[in-house]
Amino acid sequence: MIFAPSPFLLKDASVSQVMTQVCVALIPGIIAYAWLVGPAILVQLVIATFAALLAEAFMLKLRGKPLALFLSDGSAIVTAWLIALTFPPLAPWWMVFTGTVFAIVFAKHIYGGLGQNPFNPAMVAFAVCIVSFPAMMSQWPAVGLELRLLDQIDIIFGLAPRVDALSSATPLDAMKTALRMGDSNFDIAQLLANQDIYGNFAGRGWEWVATGYLIGGLWLWHRRIISWQVPVAFIGSLTLLSGALWLYNPAAFANPVFHLFSGGTLLGAFFIATDPVSGCTTPRGKLIFGAGAGLLAYVIRVFGGYPDGVAFAVLLMNLSAPVIDLLTQPAIFGMKDKK
Amino acid sequence: MLNLFKFWGGVKPPSHKTESNNKPISVAPMPSHLVVPLHQSIGGTPKPVVKAGDKVLKGQLIGEADGWISAAVHAPTSGTVREVAMHVRPHPSGLDSLCVVIDPDGRDAWIEHAPFDLASAAPADVFAHLQRSGVVGLGGAGFPAHGKLTPAPNVAMDELIINGAECEPYITCDDLLMRERAAEIVRGTALFRDLLQPKKVLIGIEDNKPEAVAAMQAAVTALGENFTVVAVPTRYPAGGAKQLIRVLTGKEVPGSMRSTAEMGVQVFNVATAYTAWRAVAHGEPVISRIVTLTGNVAEPHNVEVLIGTPMDELLKLARPHPDTDGILMGGPMMGFLVPNRQVPVVKTTNCLIAHSERLFPPKAPEMPCIRCGSCAQVCPHELQPFEMYWYARAKNFGKTQEYNIFDCIECGCCSYVCPSRIPLVQYFRFAKSEIWAREREKKAADEAKARFEFKQFREEREKAEKAEKLARAAAAQAAKKAAEAAAAAAEPAAGEAPAADARTAPAAASAADSEKAAKMATIQAAMERAKAQREAAQPRNTGELTPEQQRDLAEIEARRQAAGISEPPAATQEPKAE
Repeated sequence: MIFAPSPFLLKDASVSQVMTQVCVALIPGIIAYAWLVGPAILVQLVIATFAALLAEAFMLKLRGKPLALFLSDGSAIVTAWLIALTFPPLAPWWMVFTGTVFAIVFAKHIYGGLGQNPFNPAMVAFAVCIVSFPAMMSQWPAVGLELRLLDQIDIIFGLAPRVDALSSATPLDAMKTALRMGDSNFDIAQLLANQDIYGNFAGRGWEWVATGYLIGGLWLWHRRIISWQVPVAFIGSLTLLSGALWLYNPAAFANPVFHLFSGGTLLGAFFIATDPVSGCTTPRGKLIFGAGAGLLAYVIRVFGGYPDGVAFAVLLMNLSAPVIDLLTQPAIFGMKDKK
Repeated sequence: MLNLFKFWGGVKPPSHKTESNNKPISVAPMPSHLVVPLHQSIGGTPKPVVKAGDKVLKGQLIGEADGWISAAVHAPTSGTVREVAMHVRPHPSGLDSLCVVIDPDGRDAWIEHAPFDLASAAPADVFAHLQRSGVVGLGGAGFPAHGKLTPAPNVAMDELIINGAECEPYITCDDLLMRERAAEIVRGTALFRDLLQPKKVLIGIEDNKPEAVAAMQAAVTALGENFTVVAVPTRYPAGGAKQLIRVLTGKEVPGSMRSTAEMGVQVFNVATAYTAWRAVAHGEPVISRIVTLTGNVAEPHNVEVLIGTPMDELLKLARPHPDTDGILMGGPMMGFLVPNRQVPVVKTTNCLIAHSERLFPPKAPEMPCIRCGSCAQVCPHELQPFEMYWYARAKNFGKTQEYNIFDCIECGCCSYVCPSRIPLVQYFRFAKSEIWAREREKKAADEAKARFEFKQFREEREKAEKAEKLARAAAAQAAKKAAEAAAAAAEPAAGEAPAADARTAPAAASAADSEKAAKMATIQAAMERAKAQREAAQPRNTGELTPEQQRDLAEIEARRQAAGISEPPAATQEPKAE
């Protein structure tokens, strides 16, 4: 006789299916990225994937876990892709490599591997690198920089000098720098008129990359891989805060649309803050988590010292997630009027 | 149209019902022998009233109900009792239980039986008749039906619900019963209605059974009843009693509430209503039931089968494929693989599924939980299964209780959707049984403590009594000496004797009085000491309690007092001991 516990029917679902769908959802954004900003991102994705699988295999071996089972779960690839997409596209290869290995080894496996990491590994990599290599992590190529793919690869692998054209500021950074100048004649509208940096409603080129993330994110929600609470709360709180300040002083604060489509807002709202392992799990907890991350991201990017605030915002909310979950346990069936 | 409600979560597994629901119910041939377990319902195990060698007739009582929550068991056919012995029960535990094994004589001769005279019967008589006829819940739990037919005191009975939802995949026995025997179900429902006096009667059937809905509706109309037949959305576990109550009435009966009657609603399975009517209208006890034979078989269908039929003999009727490697009793969501293929069909056997790896592939290896929350999304009791899993795995059972593990109905929705293939329900069963085991241990320890305290008290008392006896003897000795002295003094002057008597008698009396008082005082002191000890031994964790906990404690205390277990026996027996 055989032994197996009920239920005997199981839905066709697996961790690798979940992770694969997250990767698929990133593709529209990646296509826009490669098309408008430069194909170098594809090289970075390959480097990060390679580094992640290497580090994952090494750690699994070290921990005595089945290699094939865990390497194929796809979680390391999601981490790798998020790292590649949040790092500057022409960052040197070793930085992406180091960041990814750090994420897999320290942020993931040291804590117990899949499902055990208290912090989003990709955001840990970003935070570590921006603190360790602030200059290089702030070098974003000027969009419209006409560079052939081979030249871009040369730059990534250090075979060509890192020309000045690389050290352009991101649209968010440019705005903050201008604000810091303390120029009383400064006006956001004038700044946005600079078509080298700014496009139709946000950063030139980047606005369409963000739109790609939005499309992928909505698809993830449609597939029920992510729930609506985190993105809605994230986008909602960021829109409310940026909208309030923009209404208060439109000359000094950019409009909410600009903020939504700039930096890591949409990538963060749909792909990073929605990480179930390091985020909140209760419905109300997810709302608080998303809203907190949105607020912090805005405050850090506008008033803080970093070009964008999504990474630190998510990490700070990761810290708070267990407590939020504990305090937002939903009432159970039959006990709703008794709580 | 009735306004329907939704319950949270649930899943929609492939239903696999069409395999077996397109053929009429057939009657199973007489098996080679019948193994009738005495314990077939929740509650007391019926006492056997036959012995090896006895001739029995079909429908003859073979197990007498033991207590109120218990139901009788009958011989499913005529024949000879081979033995009354322990056999493996169709239960996941694989444990033995007392069974009556009958060799059929092939005559299938009924014992004398007659319709129950409903018109002149008091409710109590009806309950007794149902209990005597072995009518139990046939939906799965096997709760004696008569035990659910009394309205709760102080709560008006709003709804009587007849459950024909049959939400588990593969199972179609209720579907076929409703299609073919709707009138008798409706009559049985009317019987329950008369006993419970609810404001309305609702018959809930999942909307994937349109034929059953139509048949039941037609029967209700034909019999002129005002029952409402409701097609409820197909979503597992809509047939769970509390889920069906939610869907039909909007009421949420908490998991901790033992009886739904406390919320003014009572639920019976369609087959229970059917058998209750057969018991009343024809005097037939529950000796057979409809069983779905399906799964890895060539001819899936439903059969009416005698209770006690060995499962392997029964499953052969559906011609199982050669790669069948086990028999699943119940549905694929909550059912279990029977410990061996010879176990018998019992009253709660609604479905046998031939198991094969082709049909139910072995589960992929378990991965770590990624806290995706899919399980919480589908949990019909709105629990957080991944949290309970976390703590169950860590054997932190107190925490699992904080996350309401006992509200889990083990429906399997969480395991069904888990992308990490974690057998969540298994973890919860494990945690629950560990908690029960610990509670049993604690209870045993408490009882031992009470016994020990009583022993201590008794020893104290005996010591006191001994001391007192000695004191009394000493006093008596002293009194005797005094009397002797007095007598000696009185002897020379006999004339003074009456006066001396008058003097010593009160003295003796007062000595006896003081003795008695001393005895009382020692006993009192001993009681005080025992009480102080008892109080000192009370748990000290009752300092900072929420009002809710204090209320709970007060309730428990009230119950304890009502049950007369508040005070250790020593104190209450003390006066008698003197």
